[in-house]
Amino acid sequence: MKIRIRFSKTGNMRFISHLDVMRYFQKALRRAGVAICFSQGFSPHPVMSFASPLGMGETSEGEYVDIEVDHCESSARMVERLNAVMAEGFRVRSFRRLPDTGKTNAMATIAAADYRVLLRPEGFLSRDVLGTAWEDFLGQESIVVHRKTKSREGDADIRPMIRVARWQEDGSFFLRLDAGSVRNLKPEAVFDGFFRYLERTGAPVPADLPDSGSVSRVLQIHRLDLYGEREGQLVSLEELGEEIP
Amino acid sequence: MRKLALREDILLRAEKPARYTGGEINAVMKDREQVAVRFAMVFPDVYEIGESHLGMKILYHLLNSRPDVWCERVYSPWMDMDRILREEHIPLFALESQDPLKDFDFLGFTLQYEMCYTNVLQVLDLAGIPLLAAERGEDVPLVIGGGPCAYNPEPLADFFDLFYMGEGEVSYFALLDLYKENRAKGGSRQDFLRQAAAIPGIYVPSLYRAEYHTDGTLADFVPLCPEAPRRIRKVIVSQMDEAPYPLKPVVPYLKATQDRVVLEIMRGCIRGCRFCQAGMIYRPVRQKSVENLLDTAYCMLDATGYDEISLSSLSSSDYTELAPLLDGLLEACRERKVNISLPSLRIDAFSLDVMSKVQDVKKSSLTFAPEGGTQRIRNVINKGLTEEEILSGAAEAFRGGWSKVKLYFMLGLPTETEEDMRGIAELSEKIAKCYYAEVPKEQRKGKVQITASASFFVPKPFTPFQWAAMETEEEYLRRARLVKDAFREQLNRKSLHFQYHEADVTVLEGVLARGDRRVGRAILEAYRLGAIYDAWSEFFDMGRWQEAFRRAGVDPDFYTRRQRQAEELFPWDFIDIGVTKRFLRREWERAMEGLVTPNCREACSGCGAAVFGGGICHEN
Repeated sequence: MKIRIRFSKTGNMRFISHLDVMRYFQKALRRAGVAICFSQGFSPHPVMSFASPLGMGETSEGEYVDIEVDHCESSARMVERLNAVMAEGFRVRSFRRLPDTGKTNAMATIAAADYRVLLRPEGFLSRDVLGTAWEDFLGQESIVVHRKTKSREGDADIRPMIRVARWQEDGSFFLRLDAGSVRNLKPEAVFDGFFRYLERTGAPVPADLPDSGSVSRVLQIHRLDLYGEREGQLVSLEELGEEIP
Repeated sequence: MRKLALREDILLRAEKPARYTGGEINAVMKDREQVAVRFAMVFPDVYEIGESHLGMKILYHLLNSRPDVWCERVYSPWMDMDRILREEHIPLFALESQDPLKDFDFLGFTLQYEMCYTNVLQVLDLAGIPLLAAERGEDVPLVIGGGPCAYNPEPLADFFDLFYMGEGEVSYFALLDLYKENRAKGGSRQDFLRQAAAIPGIYVPSLYRAEYHTDGTLADFVPLCPEAPRRIRKVIVSQMDEAPYPLKPVVPYLKATQDRVVLEIMRGCIRGCRFCQAGMIYRPVRQKSVENLLDTAYCMLDATGYDEISLSSLSSSDYTELAPLLDGLLEACRERKVNISLPSLRIDAFSLDVMSKVQDVKKSSLTFAPEGGTQRIRNVINKGLTEEEILSGAAEAFRGGWSKVKLYFMLGLPTETEEDMRGIAELSEKIAKCYYAEVPKEQRKGKVQITASASFFVPKPFTPFQWAAMETEEEYLRRARLVKDAFREQLNRKSLHFQYHEADVTVLEGVLARGDRRVGRAILEAYRLGAIYDAWSEFFDMGRWQEAFRRAGVDPDFYTRRQRQAEELFPWDFIDIGVTKRFLRREWERAMEGLVTPNCREACSGCGAAVFGGGICHEN
């Protein structure tokens, strides 16, 4: 049966790369004695599929890995077993069964992601600057940034990919951005756009405002969750599975 | 959350931050306030190399089994982090507690190869510990060294407070007890060192004076106090099944060089190859029982989650219970979907059968280590392997579906002739011919691939070749080119590849391996000139070392180019490894006559290792 595991990656584990997290989970599943299914072939390896990789230095409470198992105990028990073998900074939050039919592959179903972003150091941009500029920035019809991905490089309008972008009372930003294999927007690109907007409009900005290549230097990014789509509605990837009694 | 020694922005600038953050599965955490002794175990190379080392895992486990001791790990910061730590004046720290090394009681270095010596100085320097033992005050950690290079500790004598001769399982507890006792009594560093000198296997270099003849050779090696014995005998475990073993080794996040469970099946080697230091210093051969090994394997797999297990020994084919061990492992590993990797197996029908069960024949390659190109030179080095054995092993393998072969050779061995050099190419050619003779055309998948690599021979202390002279860099390269040319003349040259190691680094290794105390100054100068990571060809710079030798007034040729006299006193002669100098000299003479000496299972040659009262010497 197909299983979706939701986990968090926090604290010092933000320095562990995505590749190393994959290797870590392979071993953790073995330590927990999960009856994971293996691929065919001469050297069988466990069937695992990770959702959207997290950047180095970022934390998350909405990470997902899909696996297939032969058999297992209840969701509650499996969460307990896995957490007994986790390192500090990794925490399994749910262990749910996915429907056997339909497109369920974690990466393929992703539509959006929620982030909480903090600017650092605290007060990097004054409240005065932020208060009006953030609203004006989002009010633009288009936000063109220079983007570089593995396959292409060029200017792109990211405005349509920003679903929600709120500056909150506690000083953090809440972002809901398009994610997944079709359209994927990272928080860095949003802030790159914002910083370039500030420069263009002549707002009073700090002298060390980062250029496009080093935006992440002043961002502390925490992923809250990943979403798929069901009947036109965003649904947490976790909700696509059901608890095993 | 564990507080890290490095700020986030620094970690994010590093190539691999996980080298510095610790927090791995099975890393041992203790309360620093609740332990009496803090021990930092250092492997002076990058994390991924050090984290693969078995000896370090054994000692980590051993020391942490004591509630009053907390042993932590330290590796050399990689080049990027080395620069940052210096620029930002951040003291080097241990992975577990992230506390600066200066807060520790002991810094224990494992010395696995000569080319890491400048990294020892790097770690001391970054820790803020005076490089010279003589300049260390009361509050500075004690610096202790062990491992194969400690068998000639003299080039490093100035940098270490103590050395440990032999296997860590034996004397460490006595040393730590003495340390606690001395501290409770209010004793000084010097008080501790003098008493430590009396513990079996412990060498305190500052308690000895080296005297030299006018020709530069060693005249005498004199203990300076009654506690310091004239000769220091290595200590070894006599019952391997009783030795503690790390059942819960640390599981790194980064992919370590050895990213698998390592199962040590025996220590020592029966073979007695005359160039091999490990074959002499780890004598006598001592095995673990199959039951013990299988239990250990299951525990380690469960505790780590690794999907691969590897057997470790100097020559696994000589483990007498190999068949039952592998049967047991194969069964358990098939169930768990765990791969078995089998290094250092001699190629024969048995091992090929096992290998075909555990690896993909099409992808894997076979490894032979003939070391020499002709039977004559193989007899000189006492490498029992005959051409017939190599060819029949290869034929068997080719019939079994293998088509990739790796061959290891040495160039610059004592008595080597041009015929021996050309023999490397000729033997490779014979193996290629064997493939085309054994495998019918329609079953071949392309050409056979034979890769021969040659390293240059470095004479090591405590080997029958410890008297030998080395060649010059130019001569090594001439010989390598001669072999290369010989490969070009072969009929199947398109199936053959030949590669060879760097020659300049070989000469340096030769100086450090058989150096005396005076060589230490050159190591210090080289470090001051910027040498670190000498084991990494991208960072090694021979020019820096030449300048260091000049500044230190050390003549490298004195250590490499001389054929030493039979009666010369060597800097390492005060160490007693059981194997006697008389035996080694007899082996040197037999080498010169091309005589093969039987291995320990065939007949005892009276090497001296029987003095330890255990292992193969006392079986039957």
